[in-house]
Amino acid sequence: MRVSLSLLIGGFLLALMLIAAAVPDWFAPFDPLVFDFEALSAPPSGDHWFGTDQFGRDVLSRTIHASRIDLQIAVFCVIFPLVLGGAIGLLVGWYGGVVDAIFGRLVDLVVTFPFLVLVIFFVAVLGPGLVNVYIAVTCVGWVPYAKLMRAEVLVQAQSDYVAAGRVLGYRMPRIVLRHILPNAARPVLVYAVTDMALAILLGSSLGYLGLGAQPPTAEWGVLIADGKNFFTTAPWMALFPGVAIVLAGLGFSLTGDGLADLLAVKR
Amino acid sequence: MNRGTWLLGRLAQIVPTFVMIGVAVFVLARLLPGDQVSAMLGERASDDTIARMQAQLGLDRSVFVQLLDFLAAAVRGNFGDSMSLRLPVLQVIAERLPVTLALMAIAVVLALSIALPLAFVAALNANRWPDMLIRTIFQIGLSSPVFYIGLLLLTVFAAGLRWFPVGGYGDDWGEHLYHLFLPGLTLSFSFAAVVMRNLRAGILAVLTAEYVDFARAKGLSAGVVLGRHVLRNALIATVTLVGLHVGALLGGAVITETVFAVPGVGRLMIDSILARDYPVIQALTLVLAILVSLAFLLTDLVQMWLDPRVGR
Amino acid sequence: MSILLDVADLAVVFHTKRGKVHAVDGVGFSVGRGEVLGIVGESGSGKSVTLRAITRLLHGAEVTGRVTWQGEDVLAMDAERLRRMRGGQIGMVFQEPMAALNPVLPIGLQITEALVAHTDLDAAGRQKRALELLDLVGIAAGRTRLGQFPHEFSGGMRQRAMIAIALAANPALLLADEPTTALDVTIQDQILRLLRGLVDDLGMGLVLVTHDLGVIAETCDRVAVMYAGRLCETGAVAPVFAAPRHAYTKALLGAMPGQGQDMLVAIPGMAPRLDTPAAGCAFAPRCGYRMPICDAGRPLLRDVSPGQVSACHAAEALA
Repeated sequence: MRVSLSLLIGGFLLALMLIAAAVPDWFAPFDPLVFDFEALSAPPSGDHWFGTDQFGRDVLSRTIHASRIDLQIAVFCVIFPLVLGGAIGLLVGWYGGVVDAIFGRLVDLVVTFPFLVLVIFFVAVLGPGLVNVYIAVTCVGWVPYAKLMRAEVLVQAQSDYVAAGRVLGYRMPRIVLRHILPNAARPVLVYAVTDMALAILLGSSLGYLGLGAQPPTAEWGVLIADGKNFFTTAPWMALFPGVAIVLAGLGFSLTGDGLADLLAVKR
Repeated sequence: MNRGTWLLGRLAQIVPTFVMIGVAVFVLARLLPGDQVSAMLGERASDDTIARMQAQLGLDRSVFVQLLDFLAAAVRGNFGDSMSLRLPVLQVIAERLPVTLALMAIAVVLALSIALPLAFVAALNANRWPDMLIRTIFQIGLSSPVFYIGLLLLTVFAAGLRWFPVGGYGDDWGEHLYHLFLPGLTLSFSFAAVVMRNLRAGILAVLTAEYVDFARAKGLSAGVVLGRHVLRNALIATVTLVGLHVGALLGGAVITETVFAVPGVGRLMIDSILARDYPVIQALTLVLAILVSLAFLLTDLVQMWLDPRVGR
Repeated sequence: MSILLDVADLAVVFHTKRGKVHAVDGVGFSVGRGEVLGIVGESGSGKSVTLRAITRLLHGAEVTGRVTWQGEDVLAMDAERLRRMRGGQIGMVFQEPMAALNPVLPIGLQITEALVAHTDLDAAGRQKRALELLDLVGIAAGRTRLGQFPHEFSGGMRQRAMIAIALAANPALLLADEPTTALDVTIQDQILRLLRGLVDDLGMGLVLVTHDLGVIAETCDRVAVMYAGRLCETGAVAPVFAAPRHAYTKALLGAMPGQGQDMLVAIPGMAPRLDTPAAGCAFAPRCGYRMPICDAGRPLLRDVSPGQVSACHAAEALA
């Protein structure tokens, strides 16, 4: 067991984000939605550390409050594909044969569609908004989890205890719960944490494009989209939410790397 | 098996892949909830208008006939007309696709010229400070959203220093290159990071190979050993990953083109979604998937060229 | 006979996570023109490491002692001088041709790149020389073969191709690391004949590393026996085989299947650990001639008869 520097830094960044998302009011100096017409597009100062936007809203407070939405995006964009993909991978790995062959074709097909383009396609048909983003990401993003789980089932199915379980007439749920899931947990966890970094990038990109979280919801991508027209005159409006995205992304990817090291998961 | 046969087999695979992509796009468009016609015509359209529109689009016939129609039309390049631009979809896409391809080509060239030397520097100094520094920078690059990198570059180098235009595409090749440089750079970061990471690992794995020691034992110069014996073998593993990354590169192009107002297919995709221009969205999804499958084919061909063992 | 390579007090230490490993410890020998020196020992005795230390091909190892190539200090050479010596003056043949040949480059290129590095030949000249080399090592249909890749060659042919590469620039000395281990007996015999022929015809020096005493008896002029990174005994092959003056040599010869004896007598015990060097003789724990002095002090190399050197406290007892 070796706790690496990656894990320490990543864990620290994630802890920051978690706390900010859990109790934003403890840290945010202002109400993120209140307009302050005395300080429109004000540069960073003692009062407003990150400055204010064109309506005089405090950028720091909005960035802190947005962490709640972006954390939600990171978790939901991973947990739903994980559950769906995990279940599919489990069934495919367990039953094999024709099911597996069809699965293989399906995977080959899905990977030819650029992930973002496919998600955008789904969001286009379903309509913009976070719920539809989750549906879209689940429909598209289950594939790697299914592949991971299938591979794990195939490995475990070779093992003596699963063979013994089959001989003893144990039913699939029991074998799956007792042996396959515990073994699959480590690689899936590592992949999921790393995937959350990508989810943050995807969610904020969709927010930026106007397809994800809808204003006035404070979401980092939306904040940057709001601020982009003022980037030359009031760069702080977009700059700081961007830094938040980078730090959150780093937090997840470093934690993922560190966990991979710690749990000795090959990638 | 003979390599020629392998090559023919690989080329032939592209046909069923295209058909599958076509079927998938058709199924996706039909399966998803939401009535395209009323979406296109708006809420207040009369039942009569809707029926006429459905007949015009062939939506009143059986699904199977519609599928065959769709595939046959797609083969002929007939994707109907764009609702918002009032032009044939094929023409719209054909005008914009070269822009996106040029953007991606610039991004790939930039990414490789960044990643190749840095991968060597990192691998040859594994776990010492140059390696740590390079990996940290790329880790940050990987965690930065494309649109944010784009905005930063746009603000600093175009709006601020005025070294580059703030957007557009220009009129001749020189201008294209000039206009696409910043977007290309924006797009290249994540790609460079992926290549760097994999190539570094590949080089590290190859550096201790017996054939590299043997190459040194022959008295070859360090340049020949690295450039010929190490790089070529390290590239074999990297090429596959690069191929798999083409889809992500296309996704990045969608965002980059939006940030820099580049008139490519990515920008077209977003515009069409905002305009609910379904024929364009559907055709674009098809075209982009075909593009990715062609990239996979190209990857396999490069792989075959790099590795004489492939296909034997 | 002029001395080509002289090695003295050669020591190689690897620094690993679990501490220092003394892979080679105080080894010395010399090789002259037209001479074949065999280095024999069990696997892990430091034979291969010794060869790679001579051409400075070891990764992350601490090499001390003296390696003298035609009067020049090898360990002090700069990169360019070292590069010209490698391949140009000292050719090397590795143990596993499948691993040593680059899988993605045609054999022809792997030969001609050595010529580019060490000769002034033009492309046509290199092509001609490559064909000669394939012919020399007994690979027929050279023209076709030059365009082929290692995986299209058989095991014996790969070994021949590697020898051709090593000989490309007419080196004065060839270092061959178990060149025949992976091959079946007939091909092994052909390769050894080929090497011996090169020494006799071209006056090349050859160092042949092997764990097979049969190979030594058949091919070598002199032999150096290694155990646990240390040199046990050196001398001309015939006297050493007839009258070994080191207990390990004797045990090794006893373990060799000879005439009228098809049972292999294994040496009892296990090879020692190299991370904790013995204070005394490394072979003592397995030795049938063990005396108290063997555990107390490390035996030094000394002349035991004309041209024969041994590091054994029991050298006299063995005579």
